[in-house]
Amino acid sequence: MPPRLRGHPLADLHFGDDQPTEAEQAAIDAIVPPADAATVVETERIVRGGRSRRHGLRHLLLPVLHSLQHEIGWISPGGLNGAAERLGVPPAEAYGVATFYELLRTTDPGHRDDVVHLCVDPACAMAGNNDLRTSLEAEGARVHDSPCLGQCERAPALFVQGVGRPDRVPSDDEEDFHLPQAGDPSLRVLRRVGEVDPTSLDSYRDHGGYEALAAAIEMGSDAVIADISDSGLSGRGGAAFPTGIKWRAVADEPGPDKHVVANCDESEPGTFKDRIVCEHDPFAVIESMTIAGLATGSPHGWIYIRGEYPRATARLESAIAQARAAGLLGDDVAGSGQRFDIEVRRGAGAYICGEETALFNSIEGFRGEPRNKPPFPTTHGLFSQPTAINNPETLINVLDIVIEGPDAYRSVGTERSPGTRLFCLSGRIGVPGLYEVPFGTTLGELLDLAGGPTGELGSVLLGGAAGVFVGPDALDMPLTLEDTREAGATLGSGVVTVFDDTVDMEAVVVRIAEFFRDESCGQCVPCRVGTQRQHEVLVELQASGRPLAPERSELIDDMALAMVDASICGLGHTAASAVRSALALGLIGNSS
Amino acid sequence: MSSVATETAVTIRIDGQEVAVPEGATILDACDAAGVETPTICYGPTLTPVNVCRVCVVELDGSRALVPSCSRPAEEGMVVHTDSERVRHSRKMVLEFLATGVDVSQADELGQWAEHYGADPDRYVPGGQTMDEPVRVQDNLYIRDYDKCVLCYRCVEACGDDAQHTYAISVAGRGFGARISTEFDVTLPDSACVYCGNCVAVCPTNALQFKTEFDLRQADDWRPEDQTVTQTVCSYCGVGCNLELHVQDNQIVKCTSPDDHDVTSGNLCIKGRFGWNYV
Ligand SMILES: Cc1cc2nc3c(=O)[nH]c(=O)nc-3n(C[C@H](O)[C@H](O)[C@H](O)COP(=O)(O)O)c2cc1C
Ligand code: SF4
Ligand code: SF4
Ligand code: SF4
Ligand code: FES
Ligand code: FES
Repeated sequence: MPPRLRGHPLADLHFGDDQPTEAEQAAIDAIVPPADAATVVETERIVRGGRSRRHGLRHLLLPVLHSLQHEIGWISPGGLNGAAERLGVPPAEAYGVATFYELLRTTDPGHRDDVVHLCVDPACAMAGNNDLRTSLEAEGARVHDSPCLGQCERAPALFVQGVGRPDRVPSDDEEDFHLPQAGDPSLRVLRRVGEVDPTSLDSYRDHGGYEALAAAIEMGSDAVIADISDSGLSGRGGAAFPTGIKWRAVADEPGPDKHVVANCDESEPGTFKDRIVCEHDPFAVIESMTIAGLATGSPHGWIYIRGEYPRATARLESAIAQARAAGLLGDDVAGSGQRFDIEVRRGAGAYICGEETALFNSIEGFRGEPRNKPPFPTTHGLFSQPTAINNPETLINVLDIVIEGPDAYRSVGTERSPGTRLFCLSGRIGVPGLYEVPFGTTLGELLDLAGGPTGELGSVLLGGAAGVFVGPDALDMPLTLEDTREAGATLGSGVVTVFDDTVDMEAVVVRIAEFFRDESCGQCVPCRVGTQRQHEVLVELQASGRPLAPERSELIDDMALAMVDASICGLGHTAASAVRSALALGLIGNSS
Repeated sequence: MSSVATETAVTIRIDGQEVAVPEGATILDACDAAGVETPTICYGPTLTPVNVCRVCVVELDGSRALVPSCSRPAEEGMVVHTDSERVRHSRKMVLEFLATGVDVSQADELGQWAEHYGADPDRYVPGGQTMDEPVRVQDNLYIRDYDKCVLCYRCVEACGDDAQHTYAISVAGRGFGARISTEFDVTLPDSACVYCGNCVAVCPTNALQFKTEFDLRQADDWRPEDQTVTQTVCSYCGVGCNLELHVQDNQIVKCTSPDDHDVTSGNLCIKGRFGWNYV
């Protein structure tokens, strides 16, 4: 190897003349006090950028940027310099991170008013978000278009980003929460939701909380993982990977620096299950993460939750504090002799950060760009260390498996899709909301459970923007991994968005294409350019009012194949799937 | 890359032909060894692979999607196809996509591959988004014309971890709006830039250009065919960096250093790279 220019005197970090104001300095100090500042050692300076993942304080970059945004209303050149200097991060890289996120601003908004984020995705469009925009603007609100806010069951949705005041979701205050299936004895994952007091550890214990952790400690790591494997539990975050295999792989890696991550970034349009679970049963997320930590021998737990979920964040943080105070987190978890504790990190408006490797980069203080796989997270995850990352729904399933054993768990569902599944119903459906049914329930039965379609059923979007449209002829399809796969569909993250025959499907599909264009991280060519060009073709189609020309159809297929085959991550792989299914079903492209 | 010729060999099959490469070699290395030419854009022999352009993808038996040959390590028994329908399609689409939004007129190699794979950037919706960036001329040493930028990350890598450790530039923004930028797009003289020119040396599209070249091109007087290249050793200090001085009409118009030189790996400092400017 040629000698590297390490320690080159020109490698000093350089900061421009802009200084943080007093208020900006206070916002930075609130996250990283001056005493903790990155120590400037000549030989260390050069390794703070780029791939030196574990070095220093860089993982606090996103929290510091959040703090500046929240207190000041934007991230100014002085604020950025102050943050970068305190953390020892090159300012150009800090700027690259700040400009990655929708909730962070790097231009002066010229005001300090709250920003009202209004959802423009399908469920909210069907529920009249335009009328809401008009009335908000008439009141003088600063309205900003947002992708799905994870509140599709109570569309149209808003999220208010506070400046100097807490963020808030207006519907949280108005809501009298109850599940549509409240009291149904067949509920498993949702058993406690709406029943337990989510702010009280005692209430959680009264509902059987922490029995599973005690049982897991009794059983030991190998037996727990064996049960998870035998149960056939698969991931609920979209990719349906077997959880037992993932945990086994992490457990087999040498310690001690291993991680368990709960992926609560939930941003797939149409998904709101994780929000409801985290808001109404936060201790179950904490308990199941703790079981994962002990079983895989990982002392470090992380919750990455989307920035638009202030109530879920507060409840999880409170649950963590209570669990810690009760000795259920910390150096000796519930007398097990093992250490496990949890840190919470907030996203800042980026769908792509739900992709597991993008999520790691985001926590580490880098741009939320996915990494090429292999290597996989089980060996090279957070801080390039072994990591088990799971969706909260996946995690909560673990509680019953540990208590009842895998056979009882398999008593519902199908052989290849055991257990139950959460479905997020929204759009033109009688009772929108979160439902739990055994795998194998048909789509028609699920819609009936939710009060049936309102109006003449046109189509159903399964799996969200990354999923596919199916028509009324799919009502008999059993909702299992195997049946949906065979039908060329997907369950994805459990999205079921219902459209009647009056909905302008061209507008819906153009919006889906726009979503992918907006949310592509931009790293790889097939997705960065493909999502842009796909949107342009669909806008042209919409404006033309004519049937899709054959050469345009070919172009869409050509772009789709390249995105599926050559993109780095699942966003590019799925960016054309809903579009093409809409064309195949004749929902769009026929003329008008 | 480092030479590990004596270590264990890995045998893989490329388009039906067996090749043995040292452990740690990539599929791209194996393609090179087998004499199979592969297009690359973001890959650089002196840079850590970022595998973002995806033009080097190959089909790997047992893998659902295509894999980037520049970063994927060769493993014993792999069966690789470099000229299948799927490979040709994705390579063509990458080249086509780039040409729809970026001025690739000075990226010669890219143009040759685009022709090879039959890329047709004209079949897209007229008036689509492009990079649409003004040329940044902020000093007398080099210019940045991001209309020509394919976002290969090579300059970022060269400025950061892989050579210079200055971190003056990064990728900012997201999606199609992503751009190479200093913090808040401050000018280079106001940034951390130390004018080593290593970013200019690795740029595959001429988005980064010596000011001398830029001026000559503006004057329509850039004549590579009339240029001679003189090898010399930089005289500013004792390190012994090799310089290649490109001369047109008795004037030095740019300065490079060979990628495979063991002192520089293609990297220089401001004195070597631009020192002739002051002479
Ligand atoms: C673009 C994209 C977004 C994703 N978003 C989420 C998400 O918000 N929540 C989630 O659990 N998984 C998400 N995933 C899947 C994760 O990468 C990962 O597979 C999952 O968190 C693993 O947990 P599981 O095995 O329990 O499903 C996303 C994947 C992609 C490609
Ligand atoms: S597929 Fe899209 S989102 Fe994923 S890495 Fe590539 S550009 Fe980023
Ligand atoms: S000239 Fe050197 S220091 Fe300046 S941006 Fe390029 S690589 Fe970085
Ligand atoms: S400026 Fe050149 S080297 Fe840098 S990303 Fe763009 S094309 Fe690549
Ligand atoms: S909150 Fe509007 S579509 Fe989900
Ligand atoms: S050269 Fe391999 S991905 Fe760019």
